[in-house]
Amino acid sequence: MINGMWKVAPTSVARGAARRRTEAELQRGRGNFAWCRVKWNLGCILLAVVVFAGGAAAQTVTLNGAGATFPFPLYSKWSQVYAEEKGVQINYQSIGSGGGIRQFIARTVDFGASDGPMTDEQIAQAGGRVLHIPMVAGAVVPVYNLPGVGQGLNFTPDVLADIFLGRITKWNDPRLSRLNPKANLPGTDIVVVHRSDGSGTTAIWVNYLSKVSPMWKARVGEGTSVNWPTGLGGRGNEGVAGLVRQTPNTLGYVELAYALTNKMTFGSVRNKAGQFVRPTLSSTTKAMDGALRSIPDDYRIFFTNPDGKDAYPVAGFTWILINAEQADAIKGKALVEFLWWAIHDGQKYAPTLLYAPLPKSLVTRVERTLKSVTSRGQAILQ
Amino acid sequence: MAVNVVGAARSSVRATGDRVFQLLLASMAAGIPLIMGLMLVALVAAARPAIERFGVGFLSGSTWDPVAGEFGVLPFIYGTLVSSALALLISVPLGIGTAVFLSELAPGWLRSPVRFLVELLAAIPSVVYGLWGIFVLVPWVRTVLTPALKGTLGFLPLFTGPPLGIGMLTAGLILSVMVVPFIVAVSTEVMRAVPRSQREAALALGATTWETTRKAVIPYARSGIVGAIFLALARALGETMAVTMVIGNVPQIKASLLAPAYTVSAVIANEFAEATQDLYVAALVYAGLALFLVTVIVNILARVLVFRVARGPGLIRE
Amino acid sequence: MSFVSFLCTVAVLAPLFLILAFLARTGLGALNWDFFTKIPGAAGEAGGGMANAIAGTVVLIGLAGLLGVPLGVLGGLYMAEYPNARLTTLARFTADVMNGVPSIVMGLFAYVLVVLPLRHFSALSGGVALGVMLVPTVMRTTEEIVRLVPQSFREASLALGIPQWKTILRVVVPTAAAGIVTGIMVGMARIAGETAPLLFTAFGNRFWNWNIMQPIAALPLQIFSYAISPFDDWHRQAWAGALVLVAIVLLVNIAARAAAARQVKLR
Repeated sequence: MINGMWKVAPTSVARGAARRRTEAELQRGRGNFAWCRVKWNLGCILLAVVVFAGGAAAQTVTLNGAGATFPFPLYSKWSQVYAEEKGVQINYQSIGSGGGIRQFIARTVDFGASDGPMTDEQIAQAGGRVLHIPMVAGAVVPVYNLPGVGQGLNFTPDVLADIFLGRITKWNDPRLSRLNPKANLPGTDIVVVHRSDGSGTTAIWVNYLSKVSPMWKARVGEGTSVNWPTGLGGRGNEGVAGLVRQTPNTLGYVELAYALTNKMTFGSVRNKAGQFVRPTLSSTTKAMDGALRSIPDDYRIFFTNPDGKDAYPVAGFTWILINAEQADAIKGKALVEFLWWAIHDGQKYAPTLLYAPLPKSLVTRVERTLKSVTSRGQAILQ
Repeated sequence: MAVNVVGAARSSVRATGDRVFQLLLASMAAGIPLIMGLMLVALVAAARPAIERFGVGFLSGSTWDPVAGEFGVLPFIYGTLVSSALALLISVPLGIGTAVFLSELAPGWLRSPVRFLVELLAAIPSVVYGLWGIFVLVPWVRTVLTPALKGTLGFLPLFTGPPLGIGMLTAGLILSVMVVPFIVAVSTEVMRAVPRSQREAALALGATTWETTRKAVIPYARSGIVGAIFLALARALGETMAVTMVIGNVPQIKASLLAPAYTVSAVIANEFAEATQDLYVAALVYAGLALFLVTVIVNILARVLVFRVARGPGLIRE
Repeated sequence: MSFVSFLCTVAVLAPLFLILAFLARTGLGALNWDFFTKIPGAAGEAGGGMANAIAGTVVLIGLAGLLGVPLGVLGGLYMAEYPNARLTTLARFTADVMNGVPSIVMGLFAYVLVVLPLRHFSALSGGVALGVMLVPTVMRTTEEIVRLVPQSFREASLALGIPQWKTILRVVVPTAAAGIVTGIMVGMARIAGETAPLLFTAFGNRFWNWNIMQPIAALPLQIFSYAISPFDDWHRQAWAGALVLVAIVLLVNIAARAAAARQVKLR
């Protein structure tokens, strides 16, 4: 009796049914025939499911990818369109850039996605040649939820760093109110919201903070996940945006697309040239342009604190990570063709979702990179 | 003679059939201890790099810094323990009160439906509790409960900090709702197991129903009730989704219950799929292993305690 | 004091009604035909549904059943028919302890055991994680039910010279079958709502998938990722998903209870 309670729900219920059965069967002797039938039928159904499952595998190509949440709105759009146009399913799970890199190394996915580049150590772990294929560029913006305060608070690099270091704790701190004389800043605590998962958005954000604040660089450093001095953690860009939207007095950072599609309030950041720049599609493109000439062959670069009068200072590429040598020829071909589509036809979906498309000159470079992808030593694209 | 031989052959065939069948069943029954053993081995193997690197110090280290490769789970253990303790603080009195109602006071026709409703509470999926937590409980805690607590008890360090709605207190609240069915179900069961003679003796001495419950039933069932609490504790310690969704996910040790925190299970859920280095993964599995061992121990304790009450009355009745 | 204990009961049950009422109110509005027939749309765009997630949950439960039901039923039979064996004590004990093991740990286990060696997130690994959770429940229910079968049944059969294995299969099991099936159903309803063990096993999929070696969507996973998303339309769908999930779980429980109560007064 007591033992039954370990499962709370099932036992008492099932026990009753058994008793009922017991009594009924007592009179009728045996009614097992019907039960055998039922069991047999169940068996058939299960078998059918398994057989069906095996059979369906051959028909469509599915590419599994995981990683960055930053480009998720774009990738999910691509995934939808590409499945309709080419019949190839791109199953992309936005688990964070850290996760994308990790699962790519563990080869549990066909491609990884990240907006923080892999370190040399990680590339060595992955084995073979790893390609970072840039897809689009995006901006990371400070979003806030302050009742009574509208769009466009001004932030300077040092103020942002000090807020995220926990050194500025009130919204009406003099250093903040001096930047925003017109805003009616409340005397409440600033609730910092950051990512709880490994994130390329974080990587871009802390890369920027490290560039502008020596103290940040010394105390916290860079990476896809860091040891945050203060704040709340949200999972993914989605999680941070959700937390900020639902909690008053918060300040977080998300990709520009998340801020705009969710109608969130976000601030301007002072760039290297001393201008307060509002994050937009064009100021992100300017940031990329500022860095265009210095983009290395492996495309591993952030557009943080770039030159240029109108450049928004916190931006970066988002990459898809692939192996230069594809073990599976069919999947490899499907993957490279998808990437080819993404850097050409796919780019037209970028501006509507507020990602900066790749400039022409860069597309030509990426084309060459894609052509270098091989399967069993043979180039996949002729 | 011939008959005998046939008979013997048949019985040996029968014995073989029985033997084979018993072996088949036994191998299935052995499955569960084997799975459990395999689980332990698999977790230890996967956690080995972290175990070798950090040893027991892992449990008392308070830095969780994936960048520097430094891992200590103290803040998570703290979050797990405090949120579970909060949950018990709320659910134990309520649960025992309900159990008393169900086993001693409720009229017969009410007992079964109420018990069923309590069982339903246990059947609601964790993610649904989390969803409700995010959209209903969190705003309520932020706008109603926190100001009330700060207004009355704000002088205590327990209730300081900005009203987020997200944090330890909310996690404790939601956990208490999730574990209370276990307390109610098992406590009711052990109270029902208290022999009628106990009650009759008390009533014969002129005790009221309430006095009988307090003096005769509860003391008798005490270890079983403690077992029920342990069982609920094990559930609270391991609960993942609902807690992840409302606790705020910050590994810190703060006196304030309004501050965000983090639990062992939540950090595994959040970071496992994306832990980048091998050591990071191993550290998370190590945390999982610790959680596994703790819940196993708590479960064993619970079982022993409940078992004792279950056996007790039987002996006395005879 | 009686009143206080009554109040406790009310307080314990209040959240149930609050949750159900809120679910019904928010979820019903978001439920529509698309929800049951379409796959998710692009992020942030309105429309789409959770059809693939519902199918995924069914596949996962089927897989879990393939692992959990034979192990659970046969193991439970053993425990009931050989109550004095040392293995019975051990199995019963581990089953009870395993019932309390956090579901996230089951996920870790399935990851280490299935995902890492196969190098793929898959429906299979999710099924293993859920199946391992199903075993103790089914095992213990089966044991309890089979033990309720009157001893006289077995004796009558054995006295007719029917071997023990046949007695168990032909007399004991059919007698207890309804109870065993009910137990399995309730156990499955419970794992249907599990999210944590699927996070890094089944992994989720935005398309239909019938291949057990590929990642697969699941209703609770979808609810989770929609709930923490910032998109209003996804929030609404999360509520709809939760409503569907809770409705399934509660209906199975209520049906099981009704089936049991129809003929037997419990206690």
